[in-house]
Formats: sequence, C-alpha cells, structure tokens
Amino acid sequence: MIKNTAAQMSAALEKGETTSVELTKLHLDRISDVDNKVKAFLHVDGESALKQAAAVDADRASGKKLDPLAGVPLALKDVLAQEGVPTTAGSKILQGWKPPYDSSVVTKLKAAGVVILGKTNMDEFAMGSSTENSGYGPTFNPWDLTRTPGGSSGGSAAAVSAFEAPLAIGSDTGGSIRQPAALTGIVGVRPTYGAVSRYGLIAYSSSLDQAGPFGRTVLDAAMLHEVIAGHDPRDATSINAPVPAVVAAAKSGDVKGLKIGVIKQLQGDGYQIGVQARFNESLDILSSLGAQIVQVDCPSFEYALAAYYLIAPSECSSNLARFDAMRYGLRTGDNDGASAETVMNATREAGFGREVKRRIILGTYALSSGYYDAYYGSAQKIRTLIIEDYKKAFVQADVLVSPTSPITAFKIGEKSEDPIAMYLADVATIPVNLAGICGMSLPAGLADEDNLPVGFQIMAPAMQDQRLYQVGAGLEAALVSKWGGYLISKAPALGGAK
Amino acid sequence: MALSYDDVMAKYEPVLGLEVHVELNTESKMFCSCSTTFGGEPNTQTCPVCLALPGALPVVNAKAIESTIKIGLALNCQIAPYSRFARKNYFYPDMPKNFQISQYDEPICFDGFVDVEIETDEGPKQFRIEIERVHMEEDTGKSLHVGGATGRIHGAEYSLLDYNRAGIPLVEIVTKIVPGTGKYAPEVAKAYVAELRDILRGLKVSDVKMEQGSLRCDANVSLRLIGSDVLGTRSETKNVNSLRSVERAIRGEMIRHAELLNGGKKVKQETRHFQEDTGLTRSGRSKEQAEDYRYFPEPDLVPVAPAAAWIEELRAQQPERPSLRRKRLKEQWAVPDKEMAAMINADVLDIVEETVLLGAEPTKARTWWLGEISRLANEKDVAIADLSITPKDVADIVALVAAGELTDKLARQVVEGVIAGEGTPSEVVAKRGIKVVNDDGALMAAIEKVCAEQAETADKVRAGHVPAAGALIGAVMKETKGQADAARVRELLLKHLGQG
Amino acid sequence: MSSLSRDDVAKLASLARIEMTEEELVNLASQFGSILDAVARVQELNLDGVKATSHPQPLENIFRDDVVQPSLTPDQALSGAPAQEEQRFRVPQILGEAE
Ligand SMILES: [Mg+2]
Ligand SMILES: [Zn+2]
Repeated sequence: MIKNTAAQMSAALEKGETTSVELTKLHLDRISDVDNKVKAFLHVDGESALKQAAAVDADRASGKKLDPLAGVPLALKDVLAQEGVPTTAGSKILQGWKPPYDSSVVTKLKAAGVVILGKTNMDEFAMGSSTENSGYGPTFNPWDLTRTPGGSSGGSAAAVSAFEAPLAIGSDTGGSIRQPAALTGIVGVRPTYGAVSRYGLIAYSSSLDQAGPFGRTVLDAAMLHEVIAGHDPRDATSINAPVPAVVAAAKSGDVKGLKIGVIKQLQGDGYQIGVQARFNESLDILSSLGAQIVQVDCPSFEYALAAYYLIAPSECSSNLARFDAMRYGLRTGDNDGASAETVMNATREAGFGREVKRRIILGTYALSSGYYDAYYGSAQKIRTLIIEDYKKAFVQADVLVSPTSPITAFKIGEKSEDPIAMYLADVATIPVNLAGICGMSLPAGLADEDNLPVGFQIMAPAMQDQRLYQVGAGLEAALVSKWGGYLISKAPALGGAK
Repeated sequence: MALSYDDVMAKYEPVLGLEVHVELNTESKMFCSCSTTFGGEPNTQTCPVCLALPGALPVVNAKAIESTIKIGLALNCQIAPYSRFARKNYFYPDMPKNFQISQYDEPICFDGFVDVEIETDEGPKQFRIEIERVHMEEDTGKSLHVGGATGRIHGAEYSLLDYNRAGIPLVEIVTKIVPGTGKYAPEVAKAYVAELRDILRGLKVSDVKMEQGSLRCDANVSLRLIGSDVLGTRSETKNVNSLRSVERAIRGEMIRHAELLNGGKKVKQETRHFQEDTGLTRSGRSKEQAEDYRYFPEPDLVPVAPAAAWIEELRAQQPERPSLRRKRLKEQWAVPDKEMAAMINADVLDIVEETVLLGAEPTKARTWWLGEISRLANEKDVAIADLSITPKDVADIVALVAAGELTDKLARQVVEGVIAGEGTPSEVVAKRGIKVVNDDGALMAAIEKVCAEQAETADKVRAGHVPAAGALIGAVMKETKGQADAARVRELLLKHLGQG
Repeated sequence: MSSLSRDDVAKLASLARIEMTEEELVNLASQFGSILDAVARVQELNLDGVKATSHPQPLENIFRDDVVQPSLTPDQALSGAPAQEEQRFRVPQILGEAE
C-alpha cells in the first residue's frame, strides 16, 4: 500500500478499501523502520497524525463531501509554521519553538483533511543544496545512503522517495524543490511566485521563496498543488486569480503540437554526461509524441547565479534579523550584566550555522552604503534581463526545458567545504526563481555512469502552471511504459519494506 | 558665563530642519489587524505579524495610505504616482523585526509647503516652511526599564517589552532646511508644529496628542555666521513632546552651539535628548556610531500607485486650511482677537461652528461653549468633546431662549440637565418642569404681593424713580423661582405702578 | 580580484550582530575573495537604462481594509519568550538610545 501513488490511496479511501488511520499507521511504521537511515524527519507527530486521520475517517463515514486528498498522509518541510508543533527551519536558533499559529499552507492542508505526519529536515533556513547545512545533521539519499538527497528540501524529497510519505511540501527559493526531486527520482514543482501563500513560510528570500508539492507522480503533485494554491489576503504578494487547472492537465498529458524550447545556456559544459543523455532522450520522446522541439537563447542566464547569490543573501540578512533572542528561540550569553546587544551577538553566533552566517555577511555587505548599486542594484537589473529573456523565449515556445541539476546526487561532504561548487548545483533552477515563473522536475531515468536519478526540468510562464503538468504527464506516461513502471520502483529497498 | 540669546543672534544665523512623527488614528495597525487602542494591557494587541514571528507577513492598511495622501495634499505636496516601502535595517529590542518598514527614496508625498504666521517686532509676519517629504512607517514597541535609580535606560538591570504599540501607523513629515527665520527660529518652529497639529486635526487623521506621543517632533538645529552660506554642523534633538518644548529646545540648542563655537570648539553631529525638567538637551548617539541602515525595497510589499482619480477625490474632500478658516470665522462672527484666541486655546472652534451652522447666533454659541459648558467640563475634569452635550443641544437651547421659553438662568439648568444625561433640552425642560412663567395673571399676583411687601420702594417708583424698580423685579423673579421672563415682569410692574 | 579583509568582515559581523571568533573572521575573509569574484559578474554587463526588478510579479496596490481582527492572547504572544515578567518580554539591559 505505501508504494502506491497518492491518487491510488485516495481512490482506495474513497472506495472504503482502507482507512486513513490504517494508511497513517503504515506510514508511521515505515518511518520507524527506515528513518534511522534516511533521517528525513526532524519531528514525527504520530499521535496527532492518527487523531487527524480518525477525524477524516469519521467524516467519510458520516457521508461528508471530502477533498480527494482527505486522509492521505504528507510530510511537511520544517520551514512552515504549524501551531503547537516544533518548527525550526533546520536551525538551532529555533530549537523547541512552537508557533502559536498555522501557516496558510498548513491551514489549507488541514482544511482538505491531509494528514500531516511530521516535519522534515532541511538546510538551515533553506540555505543549501544538500541538506547538509541542517542544524540537526544531514538527510541521506534513499538511492544511496552515502549521498545527499539535494536540498534545501532534502528531508521532504527523501521522505517521499523512501515511501515514508506519498506526498510532501517543500519550498523552492533557488531550486530547493526541483533539485532534490531530481536527485531522489521523484516529481517536485515550484509553483508560480505568488500562487501559494508565503504566510507562515519562514522567509529566506522573500522575493524568491515559494512553497510547492512533492509526489512520486505528476498527478500526485498536481493534486497537492490544487490543495495548497490560491489567493491569500495575508500575503500581499499573493496573486488574486483562479488556480490553474493542474489536475486536469496532469490527467490529459497531451503534448501534440506544443512547442518545447531547449535553453541553450542550460546544458553542455558542466553537465554530467549521463544527465545530458537522459535529457536528450526525453526530448526525443516528446518529439515522438508530437511536440515540436525548438532551440532558444537566454544570454543573461549566465549571470543568474551571480544575481541570485546577491539578492537572496541580501534579503536573508534582513529576514533573519528577527532571530535576536528577545522574543522567542535560543538565548545564550545572558549572564549578569550582559547587554541586549551582547546577548544578541552571542546567540546569533551560537544559533546560526556556517552557511547562514556566510550569507548574512554577504548580504549585509551587498546592501551596505557604497556597495548597494554595484551589487544588490546590479543584481536586480540582471533580474530584469532574465525576465526579458524568458518573455522572448516564451514567444517561441509554450514551455522551456533543461536538465534540473547538472549532476546527480553527490557524496555527503563532497562539496560542503567549497561554497562555490555547492552554489553551482542550482545553476539550472535559479532563473525560474529570479523571474517568478513556475517549474517542475520529473524523473528522466538513471545516469549510466552512476545509476542515480536524473531530473528533467520544465518551465512555464507565470500562472501557466498547468502547462508543466500537461507536458510532465505526457513525458511521464511514455517513460513509465518504457521502463515498465515508475522510476522510483527501482530504488533500493532500504530494508523493512512492506 | 552663559551667552544671552541676543549675543547669539548678533553673530549667528540659525538653520532649522524639523521632522514630525504622527501616529495615525486608524482602527488597526499599519501592517496587521491588531487594534491600535491606547492604553491596553501589555501584549494584548499583538499577533504573529507585529511580533515578527517567523513566517508572518505584512499587509498594508488602506486607510493609512488614504490618510497619508490627505496629509500630503493638505501640505501642498506632490503625490507620487508610484511609491514603495523600504526596509530600514537596525537592531533594537523594541523593534521586533529588527528592521522598520518605512519609505526611503520613493516616498508617497514630496515637495510641499506650509505657511505660518507669527507676531514679530514689525507686526504679523508670514514664513514659508518647505516640506521635503511625507512618508509612511510604523511605530516601535515600548520598553520599561527596571532597576537603576531613575527607571531610565542608563543603569537599568533589564527591560520589559510591550509590543502593543509596535506597528501602529506613523507618518513622518520632513521639512527642507529652513533658513531665514533669524531670531524668530524658535517661534517659527513652534508655530509650524502648531499649524501641523491643526491641519492634522482638521483632517481627522490623528489624535495629535503630544502628551500621549501621537505627535512627536525632532528638531535639527545648526548655526552659521551671519553672511556665510556655509551650513554649520547640526544636532538633532529627539522627541520634543510639547509645543512649548519645541521653542525651548531650539532656543537652548542655539545657545549651546554658539557657546561651543565661540569657545573655538566644534559642534558634534549627534542626536540629543530633550530634558523636560531642565529644558536642556543630553547627548545621545553620535554620528560615528550611526548605523548603516542598508535600505532596500521591502520585498513583502508591492508598490503603492494611487490612481489619479482617487487623489483628486481626496483633494476635493480636503477641509479648509486651518489658518484660512480661522480668518474667515473671525470675520464672519465678528469676534475680537482675544475671544478668538480663547476659542482656539479651548479647542472649541469646530463645535462652535457646528452650533452656528445649526442656527445659533455666533456670540451666543461661543458664550455657551466657552462659558458655562467649559466651566462644567473643568469641574468634571473632562474634555468638552467628552461631555454628552451636542452642538444641536446648544443650538436648541439658544433657540428656546430666543423664543422666550427659557431665561438665561433656566437655560443653564437645561445645560446642566443635558450634561447629566437627562435627555435633549426639551426632555430636560419637560422632566424638570422648567418653564418661563408667562401667565400674566400669575405674574400680576406676584407683583402685587411684592409691592405690598416693599411698599416704600413701590412708592418711590410710583413717584417716578424708575431705577428703584430693579429691586422689585428681582424680588418678583425670586417669587416665581426664576421662571419668569424678566422683561415681561418689568413691563407689567411699571404699568402697575403707573410708569408704563 | 575582489577581497574583504578580516577587519571588513568584523565590521559586517558587528552590523549583523554576530559575534565571530577570530578563526571565523579569518576564514570568512579568505573565502570572500572567490565568492565576491563570482557575484561580481553582475557588473560585467552594461546595465545603464535597465530597470531594477524587486518584485517578480507586477502587482500594485495590495491593501487590507482597516478592520480589527482578534490578536493573539498574551499567553500565546509570550509562549516562546526566553524570559518574561508582568506579561512583558524580559530582555537584558538595553544600552544606547532608542531611535
Ligand atoms: Mg522615520
Ligand atoms: Zn499585530
């Protein structure tokens, strides 16, 4: 049962073949069997998950009209506030903090009856591409426990790929949903900026952050997308427009006549041979399905990484100022006579990890007087150029595509001493964030050289998220029939599988 | 040896710059829906947004934008077709996010002016104060310093924070530099703040209570040698919280600067804090310690781009400028200077005007509000506005008196009744059984009785000594418990004694 | 080749309220050269006349009505407080002056 898709679980619940309590128990068992190896979760709340599940079962028994995902379990990235449940954003500075409120995503999940199993591990404050920057230790890739699951939503991706949950929520600031989805062989979507409320999403970079779904199939991701998307008056950057019909698109999967643009700048040098091979193969499949493949040029993408590593650190240096030991979270150094400033300094030194400090310092520098124009100001102009490149490209093509990550899952520790090498992991995903558009990663197969999953990235214009699902579903169906099953079924068993 | 003010003025010219912070009187805070009510129990008006809990986001209060545009229009400003919020980054425990959402290079209103008039040696003179910008921001929480001798920040062992005030909408009004005020600098500054207060009150956008901190002034002062066009170093005196203090703080800073300069010392560019008790300022943070605020556009908020039609609508709703209005009312009502000043001082101009508009004669309206009603308000120690009597009530009372249905004395009883909550003037009249005795029969009976009792006086009147009638009239009034119309009594009495 | 000295990093750390050890300061300073070189690429293009984008979506005028909604209870508000007293957040002594 736990190897089923969320859509299959939903159908089984609907037909009375199982109950939410049973489904939840199975997943809690799986978590206790394998999570000591995977370390996807920071906090598992079995008791309240079962309570929630029982409530959904009771509602179903009473004949209440339920959301399709009612009763289906989910893993929640620890970056989203959930009332009364420890929420740390992977940081020691928030250890033990229990929010007195629900994020809007959690409100929607609860309203839909989705059962929240617990909170998943992440790079501290979503800063990283490997989940090694967590204040609570790394998460391990279920495909190879010596490798990272990617990041920053590595815990969520690992939970879904290890069958600890059929669905998960992540957040994607520079690729933090798509890249771990690629590295763990599952589907991850970063919706259009403003499509999913950021209220209660602990901010890393406000103008780039966006929560989104993980699933093992395109349809599963679409079902979760529809639950969490929609206008929220508590987020001033939320888009007040109907949610694109992503489930319908995922059920259709028709790509005939669609123009698919391959971005020249997002391939070639620096892309692993096996990654490029699976990518090209997927293009051939799309072409054979009746899509038209065109080449597009986005010259300013070369500067995207540089712009991102100025904008995100700048915003984070300000967003993370609130962690100051005064109102909540860690407080250290409060000795006799210590001043508030001394305590703030000591707490932030003790509570933040290396990468977080590095980015705060970089952002502080980029915003400081005398440097603003050269760094932050220029980065925001590059952003304009990237938006214009996309605009032109979307005139030539309905969707744009690239490999999600230039490389497959890397070894734990391999890049952790070299920030620049780590930053390169997001080179193909970052342009989407800078432009505020939407993107998906879905499995394109295993790289020949290491037998590790490769992600295929699809990008669509703002609020055209359904195009991702349309193309993703078409490609997925063809690949699944070629492979004789979902890629994830090829993942190692981890022992204890039921 | 302290310099005299005249010594300062003989050598130097002051240059002013004023920053006024105004708390808007919106129901909810600037970026969240918490109440702004003054004086609540600590931390009862806070939420994830104004406590800066992780994940919370701001959303702009529409009313605050509207109020700010109204202020900009009243100060003759341009309204920006496009403006943005920015983050001003600095750490301080009373500011939960450790940045203030403010506006930086794109304020919503800019380039305006206010004219103020002050009394000079050569008679009344007008000064134009140019406005640099009017922008929106948010207030901080309140800290209570515990331990140490004075409860002040210095020497405190720790502090207690209440965030009820954090996030209350603030509007900051910044002048350009104000040169050319000469020795009148302190008066001009005071008149400017007073005029701002009146404008804001007229707009009904703020409570403008300096004592409660809903209007606070920071005064920048520098001196330059007369004839020089090089600006001197300025000091910034913070939180000057009464009109009188504005004047005192500026005068004090001018003298302090002059003493430093005369002694060959330099003025330090720093913030200073005004001490209400001594009238002096105390050194605060110096420029060298000043923060680098790292302003950048607030990414959680989108630009404010008010439609031209909306701005025009707000322009059309602008109330009359206080200075023009004062001039107009003074003429219309033919009020002497002293009385006009008394009304402004007692803050009854609005209420008197309303009463006049409801038909009361201006002098009568003014006399009631400034006289009996003010007296009762004083007695109860409440503001006139907080009494339950309305302009309509006063207009009704004035009408009843004019119709002869009440005497002035009776009318005072009615006012008292209305204030005591006994109802409208006519209800009070009915309930208390107050009425003018205008039954001539009853009056004649009282007149005959009084003339019999004071036969000697009555005879004097009969003999043609009319002024003596006053005592008799008084006695008749007393006999009728004040409910008689004194004029009618006089008429009947004189007739009765053959003098009619 | 861009660079930041140990003292530059120390100044930034103090602005950002992070007390760093000597080792951290030196390490960060040594890493900053290559990081700054990487991000300084944004200066390679001629950006004259290019508008800066700070919001990915072209939204404007998003306001809320001036209506009061229930606040947190004081217990909720103070639930995460490292220290509290008299329904207020208790914080170490504040030196210097408020804005
Ligand atoms: Mg200000
Ligand atoms: Zn609030």
